[in-house]
Amino acid sequence: MLISVNGKPCEVRAETLAALLAELEYEDAVVATARNRDFVRRRDRAQTAITEGDEIEILVPKQGG
Amino acid sequence: MQDSREDPWQVYGATLSSRLLVGTAQYPSPKILADAIRASEAEIVTVSLRRESGGSGAGQSFWSLIRELGVRVLPNTAGCHTVKEAVTTAEMAREVFDTPWVKLEVISDDDTLAPDLIGLVEAARILARDGFQVFPYTTEDLGIAEKLVDAGCEILMPWGAPIGSGRGLNNPYGLRAMRARFPDVPLVVDAGIGTPSHAAAAMELGYDAVLLNTAIAKAGDPVVMARAFAQAVEAGRLARLADPMEPRDMAAPSTPVIGRAFTAA
Repeated sequence: MLISVNGKPCEVRAETLAALLAELEYEDAVVATARNRDFVRRRDRAQTAITEGDEIEILVPKQGG
Repeated sequence: MQDSREDPWQVYGATLSSRLLVGTAQYPSPKILADAIRASEAEIVTVSLRRESGGSGAGQSFWSLIRELGVRVLPNTAGCHTVKEAVTTAEMAREVFDTPWVKLEVISDDDTLAPDLIGLVEAARILARDGFQVFPYTTEDLGIAEKLVDAGCEILMPWGAPIGSGRGLNNPYGLRAMRARFPDVPLVVDAGIGTPSHAAAAMELGYDAVLLNTAIAKAGDPVVMARAFAQAVEAGRLARLADPMEPRDMAAPSTPVIGRAFTAA
């Protein structure tokens, strides 16, 4: 299934957001997620289905001003 | 003598002794970042959320470093140009950083990085209703400031000058008017400060604190500059408390005139 992850095309097997994080090896990382520009809470990731063409953002803590 | 360290200020129920808030971006290395934050004596640092880059795990090690410093974090919505982007980013930041605080930026123009004041008020309303404690990056516009306070903001953060410009306080008159209009709302000059004298000037205007990043991070020696800012902020605060003299148009001798030599008795 072809989706977009952080703005880049990405071919994935995962069918949920939680599975996608595991597939992309973010499992142990502190991240925040959004699907199609809507925030997805940590506890909702396992129930959040991923479908063809989805735009997923996976963000991490970074330096800021 | 009055010590500004025994002169705390408060925002959203937090009591703070440092009046310097610093950003964490653009430092030459993580070690210099950590040393500069310690030297600044800041109790609040700003952070952001971004896509991972520069090697997997860079974001995680940054976050570990900040946690080790034991400071409060103020996540920003930097770079957001719409209400929707800012609200979603704030929601993501609240989960990752485990804080209701958010430095709300809705940017209208890429050359000035000026805030989109209409979007800012709308986003502040949405976030405050959702339990966020909003620190709005705004201008010295008093009408907008009233709307932000009505929306639930318990602090206002007008710019001194465009973000990263280091130009200091472009509109001291506007900042003074804001201080006079909102005597009981914590006010922080956020953005545009380039040198410690700019920070001292903001404190002399009666601002409760200043927030800056580039001025320390891009100094030749960020750690020494962080110390300089800590001292300037304290000096400016003490000056405000000490009630400065009014400027005069004419000279007035400070040395006594009476008893001067070579005059008629």
